[in-house]
Amino acid sequence: MSTDPVISVSALDLYYGEFHALKQVPMEVKGRHITALIGPSGCGKSTLLRTLNRMNDLITGVRVSGSILLEGRDIYAPGTDVCLLRKRVGMVFQRPNPFPLSIYDNVAFGLRVAGLRDGHAVEEIVERSLKAAWLWDQLKDKLNQSALELPLDQQQRLCVARLLAVEPEVILMDEPCSALDPIATARIEELMLDLKAKYTIVIVTHNMQQAARISDYSGYMLLGEMIEFGATAGIFTSPKDKRTQDYVSGRYG
Amino acid sequence: MRIPPKYTQALAVTVLGAATVFTVVVLVFIIVFVLSKGLPGINGEFLFSAPKDMGRAGGIFPTLVGTVLLPLMAIAIALPLGVGTAVYLTEYTRETRLTQVLRFGTDCLAGIPSILFGLFGFIFFVVMLKMGWCLLSGGLTLAIMVLPTIIRTSEEAIRAVPNSYREVSFSLGATRWETVLKVVLPNALPGIVTGVMLGIGRSIGETAAVIFTAGSALRMPASAFDSVRTMSVHFYILAREGISNEKAYATAAVLIISVLLVNLAAYSMMHRFIARRSR
Repeated sequence: MSTDPVISVSALDLYYGEFHALKQVPMEVKGRHITALIGPSGCGKSTLLRTLNRMNDLITGVRVSGSILLEGRDIYAPGTDVCLLRKRVGMVFQRPNPFPLSIYDNVAFGLRVAGLRDGHAVEEIVERSLKAAWLWDQLKDKLNQSALELPLDQQQRLCVARLLAVEPEVILMDEPCSALDPIATARIEELMLDLKAKYTIVIVTHNMQQAARISDYSGYMLLGEMIEFGATAGIFTSPKDKRTQDYVSGRYG
Repeated sequence: MRIPPKYTQALAVTVLGAATVFTVVVLVFIIVFVLSKGLPGINGEFLFSAPKDMGRAGGIFPTLVGTVLLPLMAIAIALPLGVGTAVYLTEYTRETRLTQVLRFGTDCLAGIPSILFGLFGFIFFVVMLKMGWCLLSGGLTLAIMVLPTIIRTSEEAIRAVPNSYREVSFSLGATRWETVLKVVLPNALPGIVTGVMLGIGRSIGETAAVIFTAGSALRMPASAFDSVRTMSVHFYILAREGISNEKAYATAAVLIISVLLVNLAAYSMMHRFIARRSR
């Protein structure tokens, strides 16, 4: 495996209208590792995450400059296929958001959008995805049940399964545990550590302990700037910047 | 001198209660009146045989067929146009001056008296396009008439689809069109159906616009280019020309029952829609 970063962000500026939300942000995301973005609310970490699959394009008045390279290719270059980009760089949202469909149809959604008509192939991928999200054993007998009737943490893992079905390379997670209780959170964290073997993960979290527990690299953001970025152990035990130190030691935030 | 609150309260309850009772009583009276005069005249023969002697005798079968076909044709034309417009306004355009003007125009269209649609249909379809009085002229005219209702209800239904559904769909690599087709429309469907039901109800009850464009032939229509008579028009002609009060009331009773059924269907769908939203 090459040691080149999968995603390489440099000098990224983002404006919401007049508001300067990201200021000259750099970031390197290593393949098959977990990278965590931490920082107080409104610091721009979710915004940064959403530039990586260009979900910010959907908001009016957003301007982006700088470069984001995904395996060496600028994803903001003209002519980029945004749909293909989003299949490669998938996303799990803050609140579990399954469609009001059956469990099976939720997982099969992306495949059907991609035009996969072969029923057997779909079945196989649904099973594989549910297994990868640790849901198969609990749900295999009720695949036709509505996804909305599942408990929240199963819903969130179903959203992971739905994403895995389209075979992304990178998984972006936007505070995936903020709607969950501590036990459910622990389960999602274990799942992430398991997924790390095959996928590159970037997670935004409010929870510093979570970043410390699961991530290999961390970035601390404040007011739209990347204050410090590096190996998680270093960020939490010997931060170089005074502001990072204040935050991770709980004196701020 | 101030009236003590105790009395104003009692007064309010009395006045508001009376208004409610009055409204309900008038409604019930109309329905009971028409049904009591009309129900005795309704039987299998009346429903399923052709009228004789201008409707003085016989049944109403051709007008029953006309009442089914004309709204169906109107909806078949208005549904794709209306839903298409609603999708375009909500999913494909940002809120600008242009969409506001379009929306204002739709609202104005909804407020125009139906006879103006009839007049337009007569001049444009019947005379200018030489289509004559026929099912198609009537269907096109009614389609234009119910279009605003369908656009607005579809728009509301589409707006009510949670944005998070769209986000997920996009994040899985779907295009906007795939998102509309697989996520937005299926979730907006109950609301769209409600709009369609309202449109059908309006078309069934319409007379002015229909006489002008679909004519009032009592024959069974053989094609879309034949004139038809709906029950509303039949009832109007029977009563106005003094042909047969008994048959007029029987027709009116059938009409009231059909409109009630359509509204009940729309109502129950709306309820299921709301129940699903709030879950």
